Amino acid sequence: MDAIVIDRLTKTHRPTWPWQQPATVLRDVSMSVGRGEIFGFLGPNGAGKTTTMKIVLGLMRPTSGSVQLLGRPVQDADIHKQIGYLPESPYFYDYLTAEEFLAFYGRLGGVTKTSLQQRIPALLERVGLTEARCRPLRKFSKGMLQRIGLAQALIHDPELVILDEPMSGLDPVGRKDVRDIILSLRDQGKTVFFSTHIISDVEMICDRVGILAKGTMLAVGRIEDLVSRHATQSVEVVCEGVIASSIPLVKEAAIRVLQRGSRCWMSLPGQQKLEDVLAAIRQAGGKLVSVIPHKGTLEELFLEQTNQGV
Amino acid sequence: MQSLLVVAQNTFRETVRDKILYNLVFFALLLIGASVLLGTLTIGEHSRIINDVGLAAINLVGVIMAIFVGIGLVSKEIERRTIYTILARPITRTQFVLGKYFGLVFIGGLNIAIMFAMFLSTIWLSGNAIFGSLFQAVQLMWVEVLLVTALAMFFSTFSSPTLSAIMTLGFYVIGHLTGDLKAIAEKTKNPATESIMTALYYVCPNLEWLNVKGQAATGVPVSGDYQVAATAYGLLYAGLLLLGACRIFERRDF
Repeated sequence: MDAIVIDRLTKTHRPTWPWQQPATVLRDVSMSVGRGEIFGFLGPNGAGKTTTMKIVLGLMRPTSGSVQLLGRPVQDADIHKQIGYLPESPYFYDYLTAEEFLAFYGRLGGVTKTSLQQRIPALLERVGLTEARCRPLRKFSKGMLQRIGLAQALIHDPELVILDEPMSGLDPVGRKDVRDIILSLRDQGKTVFFSTHIISDVEMICDRVGILAKGTMLAVGRIEDLVSRHATQSVEVVCEGVIASSIPLVKEAAIRVLQRGSRCWMSLPGQQKLEDVLAAIRQAGGKLVSVIPHKGTLEELFLEQTNQGV
Repeated sequence: MQSLLVVAQNTFRETVRDKILYNLVFFALLLIGASVLLGTLTIGEHSRIINDVGLAAINLVGVIMAIFVGIGLVSKEIERRTIYTILARPITRTQFVLGKYFGLVFIGGLNIAIMFAMFLSTIWLSGNAIFGSLFQAVQLMWVEVLLVTALAMFFSTFSSPTLSAIMTLGFYVIGHLTGDLKAIAEKTKNPATESIMTALYYVCPNLEWLNVKGQAATGVPVSGDYQVAATAYGLLYAGLLLLGACRIFERRDF
């Protein structure tokens, strides 16, 4: 059973006034997030990531389609005991101290007072806010708010953690800390579904990704599969003792050729003509220095997909 | 049920930490000032004047707090997006609205209770008699605060804070003029005016039923039947408003 199943989700905002056009922000979006995996939800600003997350959490109703969380419909209030959520740019009750804040969310999540006495100090330590435990949130920096927000999402030990742009507003140390927390959640068997437009974060920790642009799901799958399926792979060849541009086959096959003295660097669009090019170099008296297949990156895939989508 | 209590408790804490209860200082100064000043200016009717001023001040401060804190509580949650993390928890939207309402009603009640205690102390210190009718008047004021808070919450579930404040104040004012609405409807010869006035008479809460200040200030008690009927009316009206607020809130997208 998957942790999240989104089936043909469409959301159209009704216009406020009769002369306005309805705006469709999600179109037939389908995807699933397996239990125990870290799923990265990628997309440019305005792609519909937050809208999808709001529908997944029941904050918004879809125009059509359905969502199941841990095998139950999202409308089931009890299922929310198993869900932790951190919204984008969170604003919290700033009159509460960090401890009071976590106690409030813990009690809302059904955690007993006895358990909270153990969980609150442990979580504050985990997000690096032990020193600030008695400080009201109005005195917190943006990064500290993000950390306390993450702690509130975890206070009731949920099975499924949904994070909207969890790394935004954090410095490199903070981003690493959040990545480490997400990885440790997976080690505990939890499912993490998070949205971001920072591709390096996704590449580092995600098992699978989904790419959304203009409300349409463009790709879903394991990063390796998606990159090998979609992104252009190139091969970098370096050789010595030959003027490569004088070889007709190289001129024909290479995307780019750079000559630095006796050393030549060239880039081939794929492996189809690689053997022929290598043979031509050898035949011209050249010596092969290196052949490096250049794998596509998630960034290339993302740009390729979103450009097509847009 | 626990979720509702947690939200109510937090609403209470929010209002206290927002220093809303500082209004009590204003009330105390008003009461002491009025007692000293009017006591020297009036002859013979000192008790009635103190009662009038005290009851009017409790009513005014209670209602103003109900309106302005009431409209802010839900709309602030939406504006600041704190509602996202709340509704992502195992709490229904109805529980959230009711939790907010009960939290505010509790602090409103506490506010009125403290003001009333200060008022009674002033009467006692000035050597006047404490009438039982004062308790009856304050109990109905409490019902009025419940009703006005429900009005403020009802409007704030679907409109902006400014519009909610205008509508709640409008209903509050019309609610005290329902007798006039009926009189206009009976006297007018214009059928459209008659229909509008009659509709307003039936739709707007009749807050004058909850106003026995004039009678109470002179020590004339209100009959038990009237007290119960007026209380039941106020609670029923507030209940219907809360039902509407919950229904609207259930359908909203955030």
